[in-house]
Amino acid sequence: MATETTASEVTHGAAEAAEAAGMPQLDFSTFPNQIFWLLVTLVVIYFVLSRVALPRIGSVLAERKGTITNDLAAAEELKQKAVGAEKAYNDALVSARAEAAKIVAAAKADIQKDLDKALAKADAEIAAKASESEKRIAEIRAGAMDAVTEVAKDTAKELVAALGGKADARAVTAAVTAALKG
Amino acid sequence: MTDVATEEVVEGAAEHGAEHGAGLAFHPLDQFKITRLFGEGPIEWYTPTNATLWMALAVVAIVVIFVFGSKGRALIPSRLQSIGEMAYGFVYKMVEDVAGHDGAKFFPLIMTLFVFILSANMLGLIPGSFTPTSHIAVTAILGFGFFIFVTLLGFAKNGAHFLGLFWMSDAPLILRPIIAVIEVISYFVRPVSHSIRLAGNIMAGHAVMKVFAAFAPMILISAIGVVVTPVSVLAITAIYALEVLVAFIQAYVFTILACVYLKDALHPGH
Repeated sequence: MATETTASEVTHGAAEAAEAAGMPQLDFSTFPNQIFWLLVTLVVIYFVLSRVALPRIGSVLAERKGTITNDLAAAEELKQKAVGAEKAYNDALVSARAEAAKIVAAAKADIQKDLDKALAKADAEIAAKASESEKRIAEIRAGAMDAVTEVAKDTAKELVAALGGKADARAVTAAVTAALKG
Repeated sequence: MTDVATEEVVEGAAEHGAEHGAGLAFHPLDQFKITRLFGEGPIEWYTPTNATLWMALAVVAIVVIFVFGSKGRALIPSRLQSIGEMAYGFVYKMVEDVAGHDGAKFFPLIMTLFVFILSANMLGLIPGSFTPTSHIAVTAILGFGFFIFVTLLGFAKNGAHFLGLFWMSDAPLILRPIIAVIEVISYFVRPVSHSIRLAGNIMAGHAVMKVFAAFAPMILISAIGVVVTPVSVLAITAIYALEVLVAFIQAYVFTILACVYLKDALHPGH
């Protein structure tokens, strides 16, 4: 209210009193002007948009959509390839593992064979050496027994002689042999 | 703006003397005045006026965004091209969703309405500018022009079936004539509300801003201005933000209603 009274007071008496009192929007004398320029503006905008701007933007959007679709398809294809490559890699890995296991088993068998052979050989050698040693031990033992009998007979004869007796060689030998068997 | 206001204050005080103690100048409607761009004289239908200037600037803005912005036809758009593409997608989707697939033929027309109203509204928010869409003459031509267009289109596409728009075949028989009368009235009210809504919103917002702007120089006049001036500056800021929203929303509302009316013309069956 204050607005209207002040506005009318200020411009009171001025040449454009009629329009200042009301809204410029209701000043019908300017309508033909506004309508004319509005129609010009709308026609210009319509032609700029429909002839140049909208077809161009539409084609850019369509092109982008196409590019994105193609790129997605290519990405899908590459993904399939990657999956295939991964599968091939895994297959290769599995077969390589199997191969390796086979080689390990063969090597183990070879080694086992060599080992067995070497063990058998060593056993045989050990057995040969042991029997030889036993033989020698037996020989040595027999030799030692003979020597002991001899020494015992001699010692007995000497003892008998030293004690002043006349040693009967035969009797002494028989006695020593009996004692040794004892 | 403040300078102009103070000048007017001085003039007003000189004219009216002591009775005009406060000396604040309220001219909230002056911004809507149509004035000649060049020289003196009456405003003929062809005279270049401030309305012409700001409509031309709207055209320039549209050409810059939609023609120069998309000049590169870049697969990865520049900022300007993005704006154009977003507006294109926004309006195209609106037309297709509301008016149906055969409404897409009228997409350039709807787009023209949208970009003109939006750019006129936005340019009108520049301080000191003029807003063509605040004038009922402009919005009435838009509203009634589109109304006549869709009415003719409705009859051209559907012939007499277009009148089925007013005949509710699923209502009780007794009520149908009454409903038809109401429907006809509401149909003819459409362009009125369509055009007054836009002009009214834009005008009201701009006038309110101007009223607060008139309070802003209070600090130069009286001690109470220490409070009034900051409050009015804050109020102008807040209303300006609101007006930016309104500038877009009114363009959107006008456009989507145009789509609804177009849909009724293309598919009058309920």
